[in-house]
Amino acid sequence: MDKVIIRLQNIHIEFDDETIIENLDLDIKDKEFVTLLGPSGCGKTTTLRTIAGFVTPDRGDILFDGVRINDLPPHKRQVNTIFQKYALFPHLNVYDNIAFGLRINKKPKDEIDEKIHEILEIVNLKGYHRRSVDSLSGGQQQRVAIARALVNNPRVLLLDEPLGALDLKLRKEMQIELKRIQKQMGITFVYVTHDQEEALTMSDTVIVMKNGLIQQIGKPKDIYDEPANAFVADFIGESNILDGTMIHDFLVNFDDAEFVCVDKGFGENTPVDVVVRPEDIEVCEPDKGAINAVVKIVTFKGVHYEMIAQSKNFSWKIHSTQYKPEGSQIGLNIIPEYIHIMKKEAGTAN
Amino acid sequence: MSRIFSKIYIFLVFFFLYAPILLLIFFSFNSSNSNVAFNGFSLRWYEELFHDEEILRALLNTLIIATLASVISTIIGTAAAIGLSNFKKWKKKAIMNVTYIPVLNPDIITGISLLLLFVAFNIPGGFLTVLLAHITFDIPYVILAITPRLRHVDSHLYEAAQDLGATPVNAFFKAVFPQLIPGIISAFLMAFTLSIDDFVVTFFVRGNAFSTLSTVIYTITKRKIPLSINALCAIMLLCVLAVLIAVNIFDKRKSREELK
Amino acid sequence: MKSRVIAVPYVIWSGIFIIVPTLFVGYFAFTDSNGTFTLENISKIGKYANVFGRSIIYAAVATVLCLIFGYLLAYFMAHLKEHQKSLCLVLLMLPMWINLVLRTQALQNILMDNGIINKLLGFLNIPSVKLLDTSFSVILGLIYNYLPFMVLPIFTSLEKLDNKVIEAAQDLGANSVNVFTKITLPLSMPGIYSGIIMVFIPCLSTFVISEKLGGGKVYLIGNVINDMFNQNYNFNVGAAISLVMMLIMIVTLVIFGFLDDETKEGIL
Repeated sequence: MDKVIIRLQNIHIEFDDETIIENLDLDIKDKEFVTLLGPSGCGKTTTLRTIAGFVTPDRGDILFDGVRINDLPPHKRQVNTIFQKYALFPHLNVYDNIAFGLRINKKPKDEIDEKIHEILEIVNLKGYHRRSVDSLSGGQQQRVAIARALVNNPRVLLLDEPLGALDLKLRKEMQIELKRIQKQMGITFVYVTHDQEEALTMSDTVIVMKNGLIQQIGKPKDIYDEPANAFVADFIGESNILDGTMIHDFLVNFDDAEFVCVDKGFGENTPVDVVVRPEDIEVCEPDKGAINAVVKIVTFKGVHYEMIAQSKNFSWKIHSTQYKPEGSQIGLNIIPEYIHIMKKEAGTAN
Repeated sequence: MSRIFSKIYIFLVFFFLYAPILLLIFFSFNSSNSNVAFNGFSLRWYEELFHDEEILRALLNTLIIATLASVISTIIGTAAAIGLSNFKKWKKKAIMNVTYIPVLNPDIITGISLLLLFVAFNIPGGFLTVLLAHITFDIPYVILAITPRLRHVDSHLYEAAQDLGATPVNAFFKAVFPQLIPGIISAFLMAFTLSIDDFVVTFFVRGNAFSTLSTVIYTITKRKIPLSINALCAIMLLCVLAVLIAVNIFDKRKSREELK
Repeated sequence: MKSRVIAVPYVIWSGIFIIVPTLFVGYFAFTDSNGTFTLENISKIGKYANVFGRSIIYAAVATVLCLIFGYLLAYFMAHLKEHQKSLCLVLLMLPMWINLVLRTQALQNILMDNGIINKLLGFLNIPSVKLLDTSFSVILGLIYNYLPFMVLPIFTSLEKLDNKVIEAAQDLGANSVNVFTKITLPLSMPGIYSGIIMVFIPCLSTFVISEKLGGGKVYLIGNVINDMFNQNYNFNVGAAISLVMMLIMIVTLVIFGFLDDETKEGIL
């Protein structure tokens, strides 16, 4: 589980005078479900295609099992890709689509037959082998694409936002399916998405990217609880991000109040970014908390109430199971563990 | 490496396609009447071209026929396309198959079948028969050009117009027709081009006295070939180029406007 | 908009000018000059069997050559950058707008005994070759005139190919040969069929090209029909021969999938 199967070293990719990927270093561990997460244009798909072989880096190395594969063309790499719009062969039926890779590798006929029926069961498409591609629904086409890739027993499966075209319910079902298949077959999955909820649900490791640079790598819970910078904090889950001043270790000032916190090493009187999750804010009676605020908007979200409350300097987003009507005065408290301090990033002031 | 091979191949093919024509144009500037020996630069053939009554008359005929045929065929064809879209499936299919006949038939068959028609009804070959023939082979292309556009017409606009008080006819002309205009224009241009270019069909139905540009070129080149034909070719190529450039500029201007 | 009546003028027109003339071809084919039913015309067709054969062979050879050279061109063009592609498309279509007779005349000038090709050979001290009035010149003329008609539908077909499908094939292990034979070629078949139809049928029925480039030596079925109608005025036998040509055409259309919608679109 800890063996590195793919290593990207110093990858630099430019296109049309624009730098897409800048000095990327990335290790992907064997049998892991790894997700590249980030907004459009952050370079996650380009990274995926570099691993697949459809993009050649201008600088840097791609190592597979320790062997440099930069010059290996896509059809010789031991990876298979699931494309965003499936890219099924329109002139072949389901059986022939799935058989394609096996036939190229000249596998014997009965072996092919056996494998195809096996994989159809795994993806829940038993009996569909004679169907034509255009007679299938989006979800079914997706599963054919998955079967077509998996039947070749790749060491690594690359998935390029495969669930984007599906409706919400189907998407959630497929997320569970994919996770199950990954565990069952013991294949390394490298998954690309811009949906942070999806990433947190499915992954063993999440790699957050922005503008061609890695922002943070970690387990879903770690990234959620300890975002490395304001971007990650903002991108993952919901956050309140505001300007603060680190007075000294363990003490920070923001929104005209002083708070004990658990971070140190920022120096004295240093401007910092402060991140607090909406669900980590405690609502209490006015003047009983560190900050006073007026409730502006209350929305019922089922699981909790979402409140926007305006304090002297900041508009706080709060998730609470308590109901406070619009216009009421409230007090806010935050315990030290829930205050996240990060170095100031250019352009994140509120 | 294969990039270079592909560029060389493409170049060779286009060289093959253009060399004879460019050579023809080159010799249009020949001072002597030869297609093989160039004896000096001269514009005499262009002058002769503009004085050649036979060719000028044929040109006039061609323009009149092409204009009339394309206007009439566009009107009938557009009406047909709209009407046919409302026909029941089998009727529509049957008529569409008939429509395909002039498209798929070799020109020569279209030509002789119309000739037989005119012979059987004692209509002498001339302006009328040529016009009728041109309309006949133009209409199918108009229908085939407009029918796909009809699918993209937003019928909600038609209903919205009526909802706001327009009669069905009014609604059609104010809400649907404007959407069809680009399609109609391109169908018209296609019909016009087809008529200008046609040789075989015209050749069979024209009788003895009526010539269009293409048939007059044919008869002239059967005799000794004066180089005014070369000059004609040069001018025709220039016209086609001018049209293409104009269309290109018009298209680019349109897309620039749409981006605004 | 929902009107059906506006299509009536066309229905009538097509009846008079498309259906009736076609029926007339049949009528004239099966009657003699007095209008009495006869099978004589049909039997006279036998005389022209070898001309039919020759025409089919010429058309087939020209079509196959157009297919080979045309597919290559379409393939290379499809892989060009956008602006180069449009330029090539325009260059490809331009000759189609120049009169058939002029185009053929241009080719004739080059192939003449004292034309430019022989002149160049003369420079290299090679004796002049008889290029005109041969099967070679006629086939060359056919290819010269109809090559764009093969290239365009194939090019359109190749353009429609989703590049991701090719990437998927490569991803699954296909090398360039595999990609071509298993993906590109099968998916460009509709274009190939359209191209074959658009080249074979005009080649089969040509008379201008065989007349200008074949002298009297290459006599094809188009020439026979032309003679029947414009010289001998033997409309009956002419109609019979035309009927056979229509039959050959229908067979070709059926074979190459005229019934397929995508092929139909390609023809336009």
